Amino acid sequence: MSARPIATTRSAAGITTPRLAVWWVIASEIVIFGGVLGSYIMHRLAHGIWEAEGYAASTNPYIGLFNTLVLLTSSLAAVLAHQAAERGDGKRAANLLYATCGGGAIFLAVKAFEWTTEISHGMTITLNTFWSFYYTAAGIHAAHVIAGCIIMLFVAQTAKRNQELHRVEIIGVYWHFVDIVWIFLFPLLYIAK
Amino acid sequence: MSDHADGHGDQHYIKIWGWLLLLLAISFVGPELNTRLELDSRALVLLTAFGIAIVKAYMVAVHFMHINLTPRFVIYTVSTTLVFMLLFFAGAAPDVMKERGTNWIKPAWIEAEADYAAKKAAGIKVSGLPGHGDHADDHGEAADDAH
Repeated sequence: MSARPIATTRSAAGITTPRLAVWWVIASEIVIFGGVLGSYIMHRLAHGIWEAEGYAASTNPYIGLFNTLVLLTSSLAAVLAHQAAERGDGKRAANLLYATCGGGAIFLAVKAFEWTTEISHGMTITLNTFWSFYYTAAGIHAAHVIAGCIIMLFVAQTAKRNQELHRVEIIGVYWHFVDIVWIFLFPLLYIAK
Repeated sequence: MSDHADGHGDQHYIKIWGWLLLLLAISFVGPELNTRLELDSRALVLLTAFGIAIVKAYMVAVHFMHINLTPRFVIYTVSTTLVFMLLFFAGAAPDVMKERGTNWIKPAWIEAEADYAAKKAAGIKVSGLPGHGDHADDHGEAADDAH
């Protein structure tokens, strides 16, 4: 029985199939996050009460700062993993992917602590429009962090055996996009008061 | 494997990371100074928070994602989705941001804004506008505690 052929390159596009796929994913993600952030911005600009009542001032900017630092550092680990994979050093690439995942785990742990504190102080998703946007935007982002971490663990498993090293770049590109989304969420939700 | 060996060593990426952290510090300090020193400068916040966010995003996209080394159609595809985002904003903003138009009006909003302004002038603490999807009436105590 002949093996079913699997397309690994797109000669017409001049790009490998996984890279093409991840950029398609990112393009669709821009629409998702863009819709949420665009809605948030237009509501915030329209409703002076958000600033008058200091809704955004209720979030803790130091937590946002720390989480941004964590995500930027995890992005560094992801790009270093890519470099290691380029050199064919699967073991180092896997270790760096684990480090990236560790960054994601710290980010989520801090987020869980932050949300628990806020919810226990009555700042729930139904309190007002600001908090609805806050939990929706940060929640969708956190879901992407979780998905990225899970996929990264699978990629690290094969990379450790020096197999499928091209996947290291693909998950890295996705992770950097998640980082970019947070780069915009940070000023919108934490520091622009 | 990637077809864009960019020839950079690990040091290059560590240097970019250092720049990103420096920019992060500036983007945090700017709005903080604005609040603490009561400068009330919208320009300072926009420039330091959002201006620098754009620079950081660009640096991540170029140096970490290597978007500049991908085929041009990828950049066009990603740019198109950004344009769609702007189209969405332009299409929805008039409905969201204005309280009246040529053939329409939002009476509940206008009433709520007037009520809010009156209460503010009288020195009464208000935690939300009922006409704006806010539910402070239902969660008054919680909202007061939170602030």
